[in-house]
Amino acid sequence: MQISGWGRYPRIQAKLSTPRSEAALAALLDGGPLIARGMGRAYGDSALAAHTVSMLRLNHMIDFDPQTGQLVAEAGVTLQEIIRAFLPRGWFLSVTPGTQFVSLGGAIAADVHGKNHHSEGAFSAFVDWFDLMGPGGTVTRCSRTENKELFGWTLGGMGLTGIVLRAAIRLKRVHSGWIRQTTIAAQNLDQALAAFEDTYSATYSMAWIDCAATGDTMGRSIVMNGEHALRADLPATHRARPFDIPGHSGKSIPFDFPGFVLNPWSVRAFNEFYFRMNARKPAQSLVGWENFFYPLDAVRDWNRIYGRKGFMQFQCVVPLESHAEGLRAILDAISRSGAGSFLAVLKRFGAQDSRLSFPMEGYTLALDFPMTTRALALMPELDRITADHGGRFYLAKDSRLPAQTLLDTDPRWQKFAAMRRQKGLAGQFASAQSERLGL
Amino acid sequence: MSRSILILGANSDIARACAHRFAQDGYAVRLAARDTNALASDVTDIALRHRVDVTAHAFDALDTPGFAAFLDALPELPGTVLCAVGVMGDQDQSQTDPDAAARVLRSNFEGPALILGLLAERFEARGSGTIIGISSVAGDRGRASNYVYGAAKAGFTAFLSGMRNRFARSDIHVVTVKPGFVATRMTEGLDLNPRLTAQPDEVADAIFAAQTKRRNVIYVKPLWRWIMTIIRVLPEVVFKKTSL
Repeated sequence: MQISGWGRYPRIQAKLSTPRSEAALAALLDGGPLIARGMGRAYGDSALAAHTVSMLRLNHMIDFDPQTGQLVAEAGVTLQEIIRAFLPRGWFLSVTPGTQFVSLGGAIAADVHGKNHHSEGAFSAFVDWFDLMGPGGTVTRCSRTENKELFGWTLGGMGLTGIVLRAAIRLKRVHSGWIRQTTIAAQNLDQALAAFEDTYSATYSMAWIDCAATGDTMGRSIVMNGEHALRADLPATHRARPFDIPGHSGKSIPFDFPGFVLNPWSVRAFNEFYFRMNARKPAQSLVGWENFFYPLDAVRDWNRIYGRKGFMQFQCVVPLESHAEGLRAILDAISRSGAGSFLAVLKRFGAQDSRLSFPMEGYTLALDFPMTTRALALMPELDRITADHGGRFYLAKDSRLPAQTLLDTDPRWQKFAAMRRQKGLAGQFASAQSERLGL
Repeated sequence: MSRSILILGANSDIARACAHRFAQDGYAVRLAARDTNALASDVTDIALRHRVDVTAHAFDALDTPGFAAFLDALPELPGTVLCAVGVMGDQDQSQTDPDAAARVLRSNFEGPALILGLLAERFEARGSGTIIGISSVAGDRGRASNYVYGAAKAGFTAFLSGMRNRFARSDIHVVTVKPGFVATRMTEGLDLNPRLTAQPDEVADAIFAAQTKRRNVIYVKPLWRWIMTIIRVLPEVVFKKTSL
C-alpha cells in the first residue's frame, strides 16, 4: 500500500506489517531492512521503508505507580490515550509535542520537545527505561544505568537502533486541566526575543510568528506563556471538576484543498487576521489543555489544506550566540522568496538533553511550506543560513535535507552511522530518511 | 445494578476496541476467548486505563456442551453480551474440504447462535439484557467469493432478527452489527477503499451508540447501507453474472 508522513511527501509503496504480539514482531526481524512506525506524524520520510512495521496494535498499558507517576506502556500507546487515562487522576505528560496523536515509541525515537523545553527538557528527560528489540528479536533493557550506550543512541535515534517495545516514563502532577495563559503581542523580532528572555521563568512558552511581515514589523509575533492552573486559580464553577474541559469541536478537513487556496496573498491575509485577533485578546486568560497544547488537533487532517502535493516543514535551531542574526536572515530570505509560510512557530530552547537530542540552547524556528518549486528552491538557502550560524536540523520534520548538510552541521550523526555499522544495525533497521542521509 | 459486558471472541481487534469503549463508560468487562493467555495483557490494560473490574474466561465457540458451565462460572449474568466470534476461512478450501467448511459454518453461525440463545433464556428469566451480534454484509447476499462464510453470517443475521422479533415487547434488546470492511487482522494486506473501511474504534463507537439508542441493525460506514440495498435488490438474472 501507499504510505507517507504527515507532510504527504514523499509517498512510497510499502508492505505494512502490523504485529499483535512480541513474538510476531520478533518474527519480522529476519535481517531485511525495515522501520517501525507509530501514528505517522513525522512530516517527511522518517517512518517510511519498503517494509514498514506499524506498532499501533502493540499498545497496552502495563503499570502505573501513583507514588512516582511512572507509567509503563507499550510503544504503540498514544499520548492522547495517556492523557485520557491519567489527566482525570491528576497526571499530565511531562513533555508533549504540539499534537497528542503521536505514539510513545515515536516520541522516544524523535526525542520530541514541547513548550517547556527551556524549563524542563525534552521527552527523553522523563524516560526511565525502555525495552529495545534488536536484530534477531533479542530484547535489551536500556536505562541510564543499564546499557547506557544504547539508551543514549536510541533517544532521538529515529528508530534506527531497534524497535522500542515498551517504556517507563514519568508523568507530572497537575491540579487541573486548565492553563493560565499570558499573551504578549510583539511588534517585531527584537520585541519577540526580548519577551522570551523576560519571561524565561515561565514553564511553557512559544510564539506564533508572522513570516509574511516585512520591514519594521518583520518577525512580529504572538508570544504565549503558560502555567498549569491550580484549583484555586479556577472560577468557582470549575473548581468542583477541575479536569473537565469543554471539548474540541472536532472539525475535519474533508477533502484536499486545491493548490491555489494557499497562496502568498491568502497566507498574508491569514497572518494579518491572526495577529490582530490575538493582539486584541486579554493578556491573561484561562484555557483548556487541548486549546493550549494542541490547537491544530482540533482540525483533523489539517494537512489536507496543502492539497495533494503535500507540504514540507523546515525546523532548525540556531544557537544563542548568533540567534538574532540567524533568525533575521531566515525571515529575510523567506520574504524575499515570496514562499510564505502559513504556520510558523518560534521557541526558546534550553540545553541539549540526550546524546542525539535535536534541541540546544538557542532558538528554534518551525516553518510549513506547500510543496512548490518556489519553496523547494528556498530550502538550500535556509539550510545555508542555519549552517552559517552554527545551527542544526530536526529530522522528525525533514523530507529533503542533503546528507552532506546534515553531517557537516551535526557531526553526531557521523558517529551514529559508524555505530550502526559496527553493531550490525544498519542492515536491519533503515528508513527512506536514513538511506537519503547516509545513516 | 452495576453494569457489565461479556465479550465473546475477545481476541479480535473489534472486540478489543469494544472492551475499551464499554469500560470507558464504567462497565465491568468479562473477556472470553479460547486462548486466555493472550487476554492477560488486555485485562491489565483495560483495568489500568479505565479503573473497572476486568476478568478473562476460557470459551470455545465450538464446544457447545460446555456453554452452560461457562455461563455458570461467570462472576455475574452480564447486562450486555457482545458476540465477536468468527473466522473468515478460505472459500476455495471450504468448497473442497467439508471439514473446513463445517468449521466456518459452526464458528460463524452455530456457536454464536447457540451461546446467544442460551443467554437469551437467562436474560428473559431476569427480564432484561442487551444482545449484540457481529454479523457481516457478506450475509446479505451470497457471492461466489465467500458464500460459505456468507451463508453462515446470513444464518446468524436471521437468528438475531428472530430473537429481536421475539423480545420486541420486552426489555431485552438485540442489535445486529454489519461492520463492512474493518482494518483488522482479518483484512490485513488487502487493499481496501478507505471510504468503506472503518477502524476498530469506529466500530466500537457505533456499537456503543447502537446499544444506547436501541438501534436494531447497524452498518458502520453509512455508505454500506446503500451498497447492500442495491446488491440485495439486483434481480438474480443480473446478480448471478456479477463478480463482486
